[in-house]
Amino acid sequence: MIPAAFDYVRPSTVDEAVAALVAGGEDAKVLGGGQSLMPVLRLRMGAPSVLVDCSRIDELKGISDAGGAIVIGAGVTHDDVEKSALVREHVALLAKVTATVADRQIRHRGTLGGALAHADPAGDQPGTALALGATFTIAGPAGRRTVPASEFFVDYFTTAVGPDEVLVSVSFPKHAGWGAHYERFNRTAQAWAIVGAAATVRMDGGTIAEARVALTNMGPSPVRATTVEAALVGVSTLAGIAAAAAHAADGTRPTGDIHADPEYREHLARVLTRRAVAAAAGI
Amino acid sequence: MTEVVDTPTAFGRPIRRKEDAKLLHGRTNWTDNIQLPGTLHMAMVRSPMAHARIAKVDVTAALARPGVIAAYSAADLGELNSGVPCVWPVSGDDTVMPPFPALATDKVRHVGDVVAVVLATSAAAAEDAIESVDVEYEALPAVVGMLDALSPGSALVHDQATNNTCYVYDLGGGYDEAAAKADVIVKRRFVNQRLIPSFMEPRAVVAAPMGMSDEMTIWTSTQIPHVLRVLLTLVTGIPEQNLRVVAPDVGGGFGGKLQIYREEILALQLARKLGRPVKWTETRSENMVATHHGRDQIQDIELAATKDGTFLGLKVTLLANMGAYLGIITPGTPLLGMFMFPGIYKMDAYQFRCTGVFTNTTQTDAYRGAGRPEATFAIERIVDELAAELGIEPMELRRRNWITHEEFPYTTVAGLTYDTGNYEAATAKALDMFGYDELRAEQKRRREAGDPVQLGIGISTFTEMCGLAPSRTLGALKYAAGGWEHCTIRLLPTGKAELVTGTSPHGQGHETAWSQIASSIIGIPVEDIDVVHGDTGRAPYGMDTYGSRSLAVGGQAIKKAADRLVENARLIAAHQLECAPEDLEFVEGTFKVKGDPEKATPIQAVAWAAFSAHNLPDGVEPMISGAATVDPEDFSYPHGTHLAAMEVDTETGKVRLRKYVCVDDVGIQVNPMIVEGQVHGGVAQGVGQALYEGAEYDPDGNLLTASLADYLIPSAADLPTFETGTTVTPSTTHSLGTKGVGEAGAIASTPAIINGIVDALRPLGVTDVLMPASPQNVWRAIQAAKGGAA
Ligand SMILES: Cc1cc2nc3c(=O)[nH]c(=O)nc-3n(C[C@H](O)[C@H](O)[C@H](O)COP(=O)(O)OP(=O)(O)OC[C@H]3O[C@@H](n4cnc5c(N)ncnc54)[C@H](O)[C@@H]3O)c2cc1C
Repeated sequence: MIPAAFDYVRPSTVDEAVAALVAGGEDAKVLGGGQSLMPVLRLRMGAPSVLVDCSRIDELKGISDAGGAIVIGAGVTHDDVEKSALVREHVALLAKVTATVADRQIRHRGTLGGALAHADPAGDQPGTALALGATFTIAGPAGRRTVPASEFFVDYFTTAVGPDEVLVSVSFPKHAGWGAHYERFNRTAQAWAIVGAAATVRMDGGTIAEARVALTNMGPSPVRATTVEAALVGVSTLAGIAAAAAHAADGTRPTGDIHADPEYREHLARVLTRRAVAAAAGI
Repeated sequence: MTEVVDTPTAFGRPIRRKEDAKLLHGRTNWTDNIQLPGTLHMAMVRSPMAHARIAKVDVTAALARPGVIAAYSAADLGELNSGVPCVWPVSGDDTVMPPFPALATDKVRHVGDVVAVVLATSAAAAEDAIESVDVEYEALPAVVGMLDALSPGSALVHDQATNNTCYVYDLGGGYDEAAAKADVIVKRRFVNQRLIPSFMEPRAVVAAPMGMSDEMTIWTSTQIPHVLRVLLTLVTGIPEQNLRVVAPDVGGGFGGKLQIYREEILALQLARKLGRPVKWTETRSENMVATHHGRDQIQDIELAATKDGTFLGLKVTLLANMGAYLGIITPGTPLLGMFMFPGIYKMDAYQFRCTGVFTNTTQTDAYRGAGRPEATFAIERIVDELAAELGIEPMELRRRNWITHEEFPYTTVAGLTYDTGNYEAATAKALDMFGYDELRAEQKRRREAGDPVQLGIGISTFTEMCGLAPSRTLGALKYAAGGWEHCTIRLLPTGKAELVTGTSPHGQGHETAWSQIASSIIGIPVEDIDVVHGDTGRAPYGMDTYGSRSLAVGGQAIKKAADRLVENARLIAAHQLECAPEDLEFVEGTFKVKGDPEKATPIQAVAWAAFSAHNLPDGVEPMISGAATVDPEDFSYPHGTHLAAMEVDTETGKVRLRKYVCVDDVGIQVNPMIVEGQVHGGVAQGVGQALYEGAEYDPDGNLLTASLADYLIPSAADLPTFETGTTVTPSTTHSLGTKGVGEAGAIASTPAIINGIVDALRPLGVTDVLMPASPQNVWRAIQAAKGGAA
């Protein structure tokens, strides 16, 4: 449980961080809150030559209102995301999902950027970023670029962030007034989600006008249940929600492990989606 | 809740544990905190394969790494590569007892088996260097499941044997005749899954030569310093008088530290060979594959009864997984449950057979309850199944068959004599606390409404055997050692006392409870008594802590030693007070002349007189102490009634333990708060087995649950507040009337939980769920029942 030796640098700007990554070459790694990376190092499943600690870069820290969107720095901790009044008002689903991540200690260290860049299939937040249409600002040797969520998550633990790049911030379009709920299915309180269904809906009277539905751990990368979203428009009954949720597992490729085989995960996706949408819609 | 009892002495009071301030403030002396100059850190090269021939082990490259001082394969170690001993060969000559070398020689036999060892000047350097040890394996087919292991043509875990059977052990008989008279026979196959004892403090060991002397000291996180000393002497040849074993503060054990481990042997041998301290602390990942596992039985159970529910006979056929090697009591562990399958019930016939099976998995051995949880699970589950078959309310069926309180002492069909018990009283209290009738009414409502969340009520009316053990019984079972316990109490000049015990606590609160017992007899305050334990240099005699024996056996030694101390003090007090010893009464620490209360002396003053020795009666030696070694007359038999209300989400299979009530009868209680704590922890662990825990291997013998992210242990967030109560039926075979409580919760709770889940789902056709009753396992059971009905 002792990592192999590595070098350590702690830049104070994004440019310095990128320079350190370039200098470090292929094996350099960004260190955010360390809650996913350090276990990997301790188990010697990875042995980077240099860690570029981005935890003291001011630019990665803030949460701001950018008019139509809320912009969250990659280095903002889960705890700060969860408690932010801006996030709670405009991106309620993200606040709810983040509150379920791990335990309090980990939420005080782990960061939104780290969780999204890590892209664990069982991670709670990537699906929400996808379903809400977030955009990602990434800095690299060639300058900055923005990437839509639909192109950000590539595969198991793989995103659009290159080895010499730093995720700077994530911009979430405002969804003020939308109902939101996350159904997270796990075996013990502190365990990772076996499956999760995150739903946020805009109601028009008693009817669903718009819906966004994301699934956790239903494939190598997060899933947006677009068929369900479409089928929910105009629905105002539990039966209608159930009919829409029956499509939740369509097109997914969940894995099997000791906690759940693919068939059971698909079943859970349908049940949890129904429950999440019903709770978000207040139906 | 702890009931507050007003007692004249400290005995019986729920006083706070003395040891907790130290634990809570981090002033503990864990083995890993021990820093000796010149220490070498040891790291293990472990097999990634479950079964392979070792073609080559070359440590040359590791020796060249920075900080590395030594590295050895089995061949390099030669004669120092001692074997791990098994002290319980159960059926004598018939048991296959394969060698268990500290470093594997010809083959590796489970993932985590050790092929080489590296010693370096830092733990980091040692861990870096193990990657440079060059090992070539030739893979062999892995023998993983017990049924596969026993099928003809299976690969062999041990080449010298002709099959993978370790032993076959039989007890009892006459089942067929009993079954012939039966109206109904229920048969079930239960799987009592493999568990990993997950104590908080991982194993750790420091071994060191002591200066220029011949003495070697080994500090190790163990439950059994005394037994370990004998075994280490036998396997290393270090003379017993030169070997000191210390168990410093030990952070939990649950049976997992009732072992002699290869890492302990290696640390000791290498410290002696290199003349330097050697230290090793296991990582959690190592713990999962290298600390012994528990349980792992396939149980074929048959219960024969009349149609009014009278039990006639019980047949138990077990396969017990030994794993790849035999640890200290691997073969004997399932047999500790052998006597307990009939539980609290009367019947005419009992027939038991256990087959020990070798597989390419980590060795099994004792884990909290050791044999008795498996037995209790089987009987309490099959009784529920019979109740369903006969349409008799499950508690009523138990009532019709249990031993009533007038019938004690009662000799069971398994041959044990239960001294006392009152199952009626414990059950009545539990039913009342639980609100049994209201919950049954709610269950009915939910069933009728077709509620997706169904309610089930789980019952477990258990007994167990504590207080290992009468030495003669152990001898008859072919266990190598005895089951006595020792205590010495020394009165110090200033009127304080040292109580030297042979028990070895690792979280149980002995320091407090033992002080309470001694205080109540010798009359000095609890805080004036220091309990000395866990160090063969300071507490030379003992049999250590396991099998709920410490109070049941060790407590009797404390009482006897304290009584003797008082008698020794009485001689001096009488001399001081100028009367005959028998004219003195001893009340709350003061000797008083009967009929003349003015003439009195506190025991503290007597202690000083014994120290100064200026004026002692003729023939009385200076200083006062009392010592006793007690071999228990019999086991003790705690019992209780545990009730669980289980909510089952039939859509997802997820279960929720809504309410848990238990009433335990552990006899006389020395400290009710400690009793409550033991019950809480035990119940949590038993719920862990029922719902969360389970070591799983893939077909190649890789442990899939190799970290605490996959091997799930419940936390406080997953459990309700347990409602505990007690009844008190004193044991008549133990001088304090106590019985033992260390394992009761873990033994009783698992079947209560599973019975509750099956009770909730029985209308759907479910008759069993696999443990752990994970959502997927419950959902699959529901799907299978639906499929069967369609
Ligand atoms: C016991 C435990 C339980 C957990 N349970 C959950 C859970 O239930 N649900 C859940 O979603 N998560 C869980 N987590 C993970 C937690 O949420 C982590 O905080 C998160 O995954 C990673 O964030 P971090 O800031 O710690 O990133 P780090 O561990 O520092 O880094 C993770 C990865 O992201 C990269 N990275 C980090 N920041 C940046 C950046 N700014 N730019 C580019 N790359 C970057 C790193 O190089 C690394 O590859 C758990 C973690 C632990 C230890």
